[in-house]
Amino acid sequence: MELFMIFFGAIFFNNFVLNRFLGICPFLGVSKRIETSVGMGMAVAFVMTLASVMTWLLQGLLLNPLGLGYLQTIVFILVIAALVQFVEMFMQKVSPTLHKALGVYLPLITTNCAILGIAILNIDYKYNLVETIVHSLGAAIGFTLALVMLAGIREKLEINDVPDAFAGVPIALITAGILALAFSGFVL
Amino acid sequence: MSILQELKRGIFAENPTFRLMLGMCPTLAVTTLAVNGVGMGLATTAVLLGSNLVVSALKNVIPNQVRIPSFIVIIATFVTVVSLLMEAFAYSLYEALGIFLPLIVVNCIILGRAEAYASKHSLGKSALDALGIGLGFTLSLTVLGAIREFLGAGTVFGLQVLSESADMATIFSLPPGAFITLGLMMALINGLTARRGKRSVARRNPAVAKREG
Repeated sequence: MELFMIFFGAIFFNNFVLNRFLGICPFLGVSKRIETSVGMGMAVAFVMTLASVMTWLLQGLLLNPLGLGYLQTIVFILVIAALVQFVEMFMQKVSPTLHKALGVYLPLITTNCAILGIAILNIDYKYNLVETIVHSLGAAIGFTLALVMLAGIREKLEINDVPDAFAGVPIALITAGILALAFSGFVL
Repeated sequence: MSILQELKRGIFAENPTFRLMLGMCPTLAVTTLAVNGVGMGLATTAVLLGSNLVVSALKNVIPNQVRIPSFIVIIATFVTVVSLLMEAFAYSLYEALGIFLPLIVVNCIILGRAEAYASKHSLGKSALDALGIGLGFTLSLTVLGAIREFLGAGTVFGLQVLSESADMATIFSLPPGAFITLGLMMALINGLTARRGKRSVARRNPAVAKREG
């Protein structure tokens, strides 16, 4: 039940993009086509889960026992950067097709604040390892959901007559606002 | 370029929020109150100043291949320093900014300035660039925070502007309001810039302006 709540909470009530404002840059940047947004979502889901597990283990096995909690930010961002690099090399070797599909999004993920965000949140909430995995999976699905929804709307927007001043990012932001309004309905 | 011009460039022509559209996450997340906007802006400016100075000082030492990881470590160090200082001296702000304080590390503005400016320019110029861009960011966050605070709670910087019994549009204090306010402000600035551009074209070359019209 607890895990269920964490999972669906991360997808709906506390949607990472629309409610917590994590990962806005890719949300606005790669949401022009549904295809690319699905690719980005998958890449994020993959890295997010791996990074959460790695950082959780590091915090529990290294930083906490040695009393180095203040190094958290530095250690986490380095781990994420290294992990992204590693995942990219691994994918290239093992599955060139997958690498071709997700490859372009991988370098962007290092500076995606959703990844560092979830790593820190997992520690803040004192989740155990299973909860951490469930939470990051939920967050990644929520991220993908929001991204694909916005991409779907933006594809339609493109063939509409948007006032010049609103073209591009402003109208996307307002659309996201209305999406966020819909998502905030889940709280009740 | 004079000092004033350098500062003005960061605030207007290269405003990180409205022109370059960088650092969107903290922009949307912490601007429920004007005070939080100022705090986030100043914290980011401090990190930016530190990282620009160090990156500029070390620009001939850092090998080109590992420059991005090196920049990230420098930035993360300053973020840690700033967040420890804030925890000690401004605890309520530290609480209000929450997770977005450590997330300054992945704010694209800072890595962007290190890569695009500080690694190619002198110490003084990099410091000025950091101050200009940082002030531009702070100003945008403060304005956005003030508007959302006014519409959502009827206060600005905690001062009661509208009577307490007034019905406020609470939505502007909530996440959807952040997206909508920022979208409208961007559209406003785009509209004003377009109109100004047209007018300056008209002054220089009336025939072209008439044709485009």
